[in-house]
Amino acid sequence: MFGDISLTQFIFGRLTLEAIPYHEPILVATFIAVALGGIAILGLITKFKLWGYLWHEWFTSVDHKKIGIMYIILAIIMLLRGFADAIMMRIQQAIAFNGNEGYLNPHHYDQIFTAHGVIMIFFVAMPFVTGFMNYVMPLQIGARDVSFPFLNNFSFWMTTGGAIIIMMSLFVGEFARTGWLAYPPLSGADYSPGVGVDYYIWGLQVAGVGTTLSGINLIATIVKMRAPGMTFMKMPIFTWTSLCTNILIVATFPILTATLALLSLDRYVGTNFFTNDLGGNPMMYINLIWIWGHPEVYILVLPAFGIFSEVVATFCGKRLFGYASMVYATCVIMILSYLVWLHHFFTMGSGASVNAFFGITTMIISIPTGAKMFNWLFTMYRGRIRYELPMLWTIGFMITFVIGGMTGVMLAIPPADFVLHNSLFLIAHFHNVIIGGVLFGLMAGLVYWWPKAFGYKLDAFWGKMSFWFWQIGFFFAFMPLYVLGLMGVTRRVSQFEDPSLQIWFIIAAFGAALIALGIGSFIIQLIVSFLKRDQLRCDSGDPWDGRTLEWSTSSPPPDYNFAFTPVVHDHDGWYDMKNRGYERPVTGFKPIHMPKNTGTGVILSALSVALAFALIWYIWWLAAVSFIGIIAVSIAHTFNYNRDFFIPVETVTATEDARTKLLAERT
Amino acid sequence: MSATQVQNTDEKPQFYVTEEHHPENSTMLGFWLYLMSDCLIFAVLFATHGVLGRNYAAGPSPADLFDLNLVAINTAMLLLSSITYGFAMLQMERNAKMETLVWLGITGVFGAAFLGLELYEFYHLILEGAGPTRSAFLSSFFTLVGTHGLHVTFGMIWLITLMVQVKKHGLNPENRRRLMCLSMFWHFLDVIWIGVFSFVYLLGVLG
Repeated sequence: MFGDISLTQFIFGRLTLEAIPYHEPILVATFIAVALGGIAILGLITKFKLWGYLWHEWFTSVDHKKIGIMYIILAIIMLLRGFADAIMMRIQQAIAFNGNEGYLNPHHYDQIFTAHGVIMIFFVAMPFVTGFMNYVMPLQIGARDVSFPFLNNFSFWMTTGGAIIIMMSLFVGEFARTGWLAYPPLSGADYSPGVGVDYYIWGLQVAGVGTTLSGINLIATIVKMRAPGMTFMKMPIFTWTSLCTNILIVATFPILTATLALLSLDRYVGTNFFTNDLGGNPMMYINLIWIWGHPEVYILVLPAFGIFSEVVATFCGKRLFGYASMVYATCVIMILSYLVWLHHFFTMGSGASVNAFFGITTMIISIPTGAKMFNWLFTMYRGRIRYELPMLWTIGFMITFVIGGMTGVMLAIPPADFVLHNSLFLIAHFHNVIIGGVLFGLMAGLVYWWPKAFGYKLDAFWGKMSFWFWQIGFFFAFMPLYVLGLMGVTRRVSQFEDPSLQIWFIIAAFGAALIALGIGSFIIQLIVSFLKRDQLRCDSGDPWDGRTLEWSTSSPPPDYNFAFTPVVHDHDGWYDMKNRGYERPVTGFKPIHMPKNTGTGVILSALSVALAFALIWYIWWLAAVSFIGIIAVSIAHTFNYNRDFFIPVETVTATEDARTKLLAERT
Repeated sequence: MSATQVQNTDEKPQFYVTEEHHPENSTMLGFWLYLMSDCLIFAVLFATHGVLGRNYAAGPSPADLFDLNLVAINTAMLLLSSITYGFAMLQMERNAKMETLVWLGITGVFGAAFLGLELYEFYHLILEGAGPTRSAFLSSFFTLVGTHGLHVTFGMIWLITLMVQVKKHGLNPENRRRLMCLSMFWHFLDVIWIGVFSFVYLLGVLG
């Protein structure tokens, strides 16, 4: 490797000008648009002298609320990228018939479906979910921050670093052409010699560090930092689902890390874990990756279930039906999610007994999930339902998700799966549960908690537009795929021979266009609401007549969340407080102990991105320098013993007095 | 959670604590969780070795390669380093800074001996043509043992850093907490090594 190399090769590794895809007009146009947009944003930040503000108030912040908001901003930005990939695929498949090759060559198309899956799961759904857990959970348990505030900031920046690495592949080099889980031997060095799979590996490894550490952090927070009186069975359901999700994260992401590390050893060192020869076993990879991959979908959907539980109880004005059964159902799903991974490859040939075992465990998961569905329905039964936006998303979820769940049970039957495996039926199924379950939940959560984070509600008209476009668009986009799947059309195909299939793809493309309108309406909703924020303002801090502790503090909450730590007597803590004559304390404040901001997370993440880039392009000197840099910065950080400060009592009193005045004016 | 007892039975229960509320320290729990996540990485490597450990690809097998005497000495080094780390912690409890540092230093020496012997073993194997690319068995062997070795290397860097910090700032609460974490890490690596020694070396040589 080091034998006879020129100076350019030493400096740039395998990075050459050829790596810049200037011969792809689509990418050049995208690059120009991104570059112009980027320059405009950077220019505006400089013009309004916002760099200092962003750095001190946001980038280096260890406040869980700001980190939560940054996670969600990351998710929304990446949603636009992931959706651009989706609509490109829908257009390609709608036109590539009768000898028309469409506008994407197979090489490009394969990168797009890989990027779409990777981005939507790792950089949209994951940061969105983590953002909510960060923002809401500490408020729900009456804590001032998470257990390890610096680690939280570091985790966020590692996730962002992973996203940056994936985005870089768009303009420098290429992305993987392997599908979102990069099965070997296709993803091995023999069949994917380029940089695509390396971008995939290092993007996920960098983000994975952040995800694992954030999981540890949030478990410790829930276990150790609950307000006095909040026993486990008095925790809000969203906190419960966060706990189970984070346990799953800590119990599965290391498996992903190790599996990708083995794949990278195969690619970089020439080991034989997943090769076809010298004793390697590619099926080992597929088992390992799904031992992570199946719990991963529950990592995404459990917090969404938690959001729906909060929303249903609040907007029906009732205590959640079957609180204890909801908790047990969540825990059972958490455990069962570990015992079903093999249903992703019934066709591997494990034999009837193994397939039967995994088919049955898969079907059993629908029992606790069904119990949850009935709990939500019984909460609505005889409730005073307010059809506000979060409730609309929740009802949309209940209808859509049940369909997705039933097709899931169909796929769980091994003989049926032999027909449906890798068909568009499968694609329709998992979009049905991920869009209908996770995405609808995240949208419900966004409109539900937005007033908490920013002090004003989101505009209802554009919210309803977004909801209906998403809801109807979803059915138009994915029901045709069920039909096509039953007809035997496989996934990941860029051109078709049979003209009778085309009409279904055109309907699906129409659905994608409706979803595009849904996303557009959502963005308009954010802008309109910001412009109308004075009309939409809700000063009370409790705009929905909420039931859990996050609604007891102001909107947005002060840096310290609660001037006095609340004491909880019931699982609907705030509802109980309102009912039994809670009076907000207005005197006797004390200084509050808080962690200091730090830039170490940003620096470590930047060095990790440099390390990943160097490893992708074989720029060994840069890899060495950035690796040593990471170690040095980490060690230097531990020499800083001065990490906390007190918010002076005057500041606390001033903040709380301002709120007292505001609340008095309202009445 | 002591405030649950404060809950009184008359009309208006207490809804907030007026004193500053200090939640329990989470570091030990957090570090345990980290160790368990790390344990899963090893679980993957052990499982991989379980599946691929007999795939010699017509190359050398454990019985041909492993020198159990060398591995026994190596194991002794690591186990001794765990004991000496325990002595360091006892000295820390007694608030004896110098003695703590001395025992930490001895621990580091044993750790370095362990790493040296492991590198010698690796070097020897590669020289014999039994490198990690020879067969799936050797790939998983080098990766499992090497990952453990990398952990010990990071433990050494951490140990040296902590020694400097203890020397500079004494046995203050932060440094005590860090020494506790490194202690858990070090003993954890010991437990992993016992698994490696039993399943990779002993069972491997049995064939």
